[in-house]
Amino acid sequence: MNEIFQGLLEAVGLILSFDRDLVDITLRSLQVSLTAVAIATAIGAPVGSWLAVTRFRGRRQTIAIVNALMGLPPVVVGLFVYVMLSRSGPLGVLGLLFTPTAMIIAQVIIATPLIISISHQGLRELWAQYHDLLISLNTTRWQRMRTLIWDGRRALLTAALAGFGRAVGEVGAIMIVGGNIDQATRVLTTAIALETSKGNFSLAIGLGLVLIALAIAVNMAIHNMLRTERASLW
Amino acid sequence: MKSILPGVVSNASARRRGVNLVGPVDLTVSGPGTTMIIGPNGSGKTSLLRMMHGLERVRSGTVSWAVPTEQARQHQAFVFQTPILMRRSVVDCIAYPLIVRGVPKKQARVAAAEWAQRVNLGDTLKQPASSLSGGERQKMTLARALVIKPELLFLDEPCASLDGRSTREIEDLLAQARADGTTIVMSTHDLGQARRMADDVVLLLHGRIHETGKAQEFFHNPSTDEGKSFLAGGIVE
Repeated sequence: MNEIFQGLLEAVGLILSFDRDLVDITLRSLQVSLTAVAIATAIGAPVGSWLAVTRFRGRRQTIAIVNALMGLPPVVVGLFVYVMLSRSGPLGVLGLLFTPTAMIIAQVIIATPLIISISHQGLRELWAQYHDLLISLNTTRWQRMRTLIWDGRRALLTAALAGFGRAVGEVGAIMIVGGNIDQATRVLTTAIALETSKGNFSLAIGLGLVLIALAIAVNMAIHNMLRTERASLW
Repeated sequence: MKSILPGVVSNASARRRGVNLVGPVDLTVSGPGTTMIIGPNGSGKTSLLRMMHGLERVRSGTVSWAVPTEQARQHQAFVFQTPILMRRSVVDCIAYPLIVRGVPKKQARVAAAEWAQRVNLGDTLKQPASSLSGGERQKMTLARALVIKPELLFLDEPCASLDGRSTREIEDLLAQARADGTTIVMSTHDLGQARRMADDVVLLLHGRIHETGKAQEFFHNPSTDEGKSFLAGGIVE
């Protein structure tokens, strides 16, 4: 108990003194996860919207598969990306293994099905509401998708934040493809795993607190930026 | 521009999940003026309007216009019984049909603001559409329909849940639209409204057209027993 308390105190000290390692790891975590979520949202939102407005053979099965992929084991994703990017793999020539780019690729694969699924659920309800109006106005499929994406932007925000939560807290895949290299690919989650295994609890707890604070701060910042609560009538 | 009228419904019917919604019916809308579709609940008024506008698939027969259907749809608008509100401001809701037709946003907003003024919503331009009252919502959807200056306007019981004052405002706006050259096809179960507005009347019962003709003739001398009973306020089944 005493050790945990001592660890907490040391952690607060590290945070308040803006420890160089801590700042470096935190910024890298933010960079990797925000980039991954931006890419996953750019893919997921249109796909979710397309699934909402389009009827085609096999649609139900497609949605079921996307929903199933939400539970994709990160370690398996890490293994897949590793095999693809390793020197003998099909994309080995790009030399991306053990770089932040490889970590972003892994996180995009993990977050995209989640964002598609949540987007689709939100936009499907909006489509049920708008269906007659948009058909009546003779809109094209592209116009319908764009309208749903714009008017359903708060549902998409929820999807993106869920994706961010999944990405920033992920450790298995990025450990495999990033390698947890100091000053290069070490992020908050992999650093916590490393420090815990070394018995360095104070830094591990400090990193854990920063990770939690980061997730809350990003959520609050985006909510505030888009005025989600103030504009709740929309 | 060539007129889309006459619109000819020929032996057309619509079904959904094996249930006949309306038809087979024959009806010609030539314009100008107001054709009022009346009948009790469940008689197929909404389905007939939706089928003519292309919102309900025609299962048998045809609905045709003087120009190709896709072109005809560009000159039609529809006002739904329950206003469909977009998650946008009032001005953006009214501007939307113009924007999807390729009008630049700024120009569309100016036109939308003018229409909002016309329907007495000039003070609510930047408010979310969902913050409007029932009467204001229906006026906004009417402005959204009229902003494209449709040649043919369908309205599905637009005053069904409105009070007298809001109903009068809507009727005044429709009279103005009619004077501006828009042909109106509207359903209602309010006989008073039908008397005030109709040039032609279609009485619909059990999905079939039971009686049709000039409003004056119909209201003074209906030709069927059901028509007489309906006008007398009787229960027509």
